[in-house]
Amino acid sequence: MTTAPRSFAYSGTAATRTPPEVPRGVRAFLHRHLFNSPLGGVATFVLGAVIAIVLWRVLQWSVVDAVWYSPGDGSACRDAAGACWAVIAEKYRVILFGAYPYQQQWRGALVVALWLGWGAISATRLLSVTLRLAGWAVVFVASILLLGGGFLGLEAVGTDVWGGLPLTFIIFGGTVAGGLPLAVLLALGRRSQLPVVRFICVATIEGVRGIPLLALLFFAALILPLFLPPQLTVDKLIRAEVGMIVFFASYAAEVIRGGLQAIPEGQDEAAKALGLGYWLRTRKIILPQALAIVVPALFNDIIRAFKNTTFFSILGLFDVLGATKAALQDPQWVRYGTEGYLFVFLLYFLICSAMSAYGSSIERDNQRRARKAAR
Amino acid sequence: MRNYLATGLVALSALAAVCGPAGASTLDTVKKNGVVTCAVNGSRPGFSAVDSKGEWHGIDVDTCRALAAAVFGDASKVKFLKTNNQTRLTALQTGEVDVTVANTTWTRARDTDLGLDFVSPTFYDGQGLMVPKALGVKNAQELDGASVCVRPGSTSERVVADIQKKFGIKLKLVVIDDQKEINTAFFGGRCDVAVQSTSGLSSTRAAVAPNPDDYVILPQIFGKDPMGPVVRQDDPQWRDIVQWTVFTLFQAEESGVTSKNVDEMKADSKDATVRRLLGVDDSGGKGLGLDPAWAYNVIKQVGNYGEVFDRNVGKDSPLKLERGINAQYTDGGLIYAPPL
Repeated sequence: MTTAPRSFAYSGTAATRTPPEVPRGVRAFLHRHLFNSPLGGVATFVLGAVIAIVLWRVLQWSVVDAVWYSPGDGSACRDAAGACWAVIAEKYRVILFGAYPYQQQWRGALVVALWLGWGAISATRLLSVTLRLAGWAVVFVASILLLGGGFLGLEAVGTDVWGGLPLTFIIFGGTVAGGLPLAVLLALGRRSQLPVVRFICVATIEGVRGIPLLALLFFAALILPLFLPPQLTVDKLIRAEVGMIVFFASYAAEVIRGGLQAIPEGQDEAAKALGLGYWLRTRKIILPQALAIVVPALFNDIIRAFKNTTFFSILGLFDVLGATKAALQDPQWVRYGTEGYLFVFLLYFLICSAMSAYGSSIERDNQRRARKAAR
Repeated sequence: MRNYLATGLVALSALAAVCGPAGASTLDTVKKNGVVTCAVNGSRPGFSAVDSKGEWHGIDVDTCRALAAAVFGDASKVKFLKTNNQTRLTALQTGEVDVTVANTTWTRARDTDLGLDFVSPTFYDGQGLMVPKALGVKNAQELDGASVCVRPGSTSERVVADIQKKFGIKLKLVVIDDQKEINTAFFGGRCDVAVQSTSGLSSTRAAVAPNPDDYVILPQIFGKDPMGPVVRQDDPQWRDIVQWTVFTLFQAEESGVTSKNVDEMKADSKDATVRRLLGVDDSGGKGLGLDPAWAYNVIKQVGNYGEVFDRNVGKDSPLKLERGINAQYTDGGLIYAPPL
């Protein structure tokens, strides 16, 4: 004899209702969102006025009263009421390419074009993932060869004068390319059954997360050579890059571990029951799901890695920000620091938002795929 | 906080430098590398900075170029490493650079504790205080309770501590790491007093102040700021090379040898000092391990001290500094080279 559990749910068919009518049009929008009550109306007016005034001021400063061109000594900007964008026209080569030899800066420009171009092509997603990744590898290697030179009649340029945006891209690319695989390994190692592996991974992650990036780079660039035998000379850029990779991997590993823990045990057990080995299980069952979950958090780390490239100025290299800072010390242009920093802000903002937009599109793709799989 | 960290790291690297293996002589390393590697500040126009084309200019930069001219006979064989106050000496200790010429003030602590040696200063400065005229302050004693913008780890920081003790006044420190930010803070009214070398103050006032007449530099000069090249202590030969390259610049000015007239002087000067300076008689190159024409190359390619001063910080530069105590000793300054 069975008793049906008592249910709070209504039994029988539910009555059908038409969806609520939402008023459309400009008037309805204004009424609902901007003037839905007297207080709301006042708030809209006050805030609207504030925004309008601020926007007008900004426009006046940055466009109406701005000076776009000035002779090399900045004289045209002295009496200007608005922004002096001439400072960018004067200094953009230093800001974008640092102390890289002036005659050779087309190489840096080509590197920037390669990265932006392939970034745009990748974002359309017309090509397969494998092709896109292979393309990035080619872009990365080509950038290094192009900047370094020393072949085909290209003048050799030491890494000590690399700078600006090309350097930022290369550091960033190296950090992500080296850091992501390392992060996956660290995350897996931290969950490993083998105590030695687990200990090494935990020690690395916790140790690196416990020190500031600046100290890590300082150590890698300046102190480390003292402990290495003199015949083992590794380029400073590579030493610091390794520091960046380990730093990035330690943070990303914890993000990925979060993804691994979100995968139900049953998945792993089911794969085991099918007779799959550890690496096959991890590669085909666990990781694809785990990585899809952590995409938003991972892009957080990736964007931060891009911004962390500014720390490379401690090595004596001119990254974009460092080059801007140095360029703006010029006594004839030193008054226009705001314009210089705004330019750099815009540069970073555009690149970082592009990455962020790309991250969310991957996320949407994953959701679409998951919905399709569930159907 | 970052400052303590940097101090700790500098101490650690000093320890490592002492324990580290004694390598080849610096001159050999420099010759092997084919360039003189030089740590400079990189953000001090007039001393070391890049122009709009990414090329280096400044007194410190020219000192490095002179060194390259002395060693290689080619002033362009020099590599610059941009450093900040925390890394400029560490880079030298670890062998990353061969010489540091980065506005480093010669102090006893730096000379004796770090395994480094200072050679003859190329620029003498002192610290001064700048205040807004509206404050109505006439001297430092009246500054009790004022806020002061200083850079961490700089000489200014110590000068501020000394002033407080000396006059029994209390100052509020606003510590900012970047000179540009300090300028913004000071001219924006975030602090009442700017402390910097007097040369820095006058150029800041001329270039950055909204209205230079609104600011006064107090008459008192605090401390001494002799700034010049720094080398590692373990290589007397290299130290001599750097030292005498600097003296060559000094002596050339005293003897009236310039980059323009150096060839004529070499051909027909009867002056014994000039003949020794330019290697007509004995150039001293052998003792230094350099080419006999080393000093000639320095003057020909870089110029004498007066030329270097004028084009970088003096009358031909935007900074327009007076020679002041940086004049030749014959004009009442401190620039003095021992006899050749």
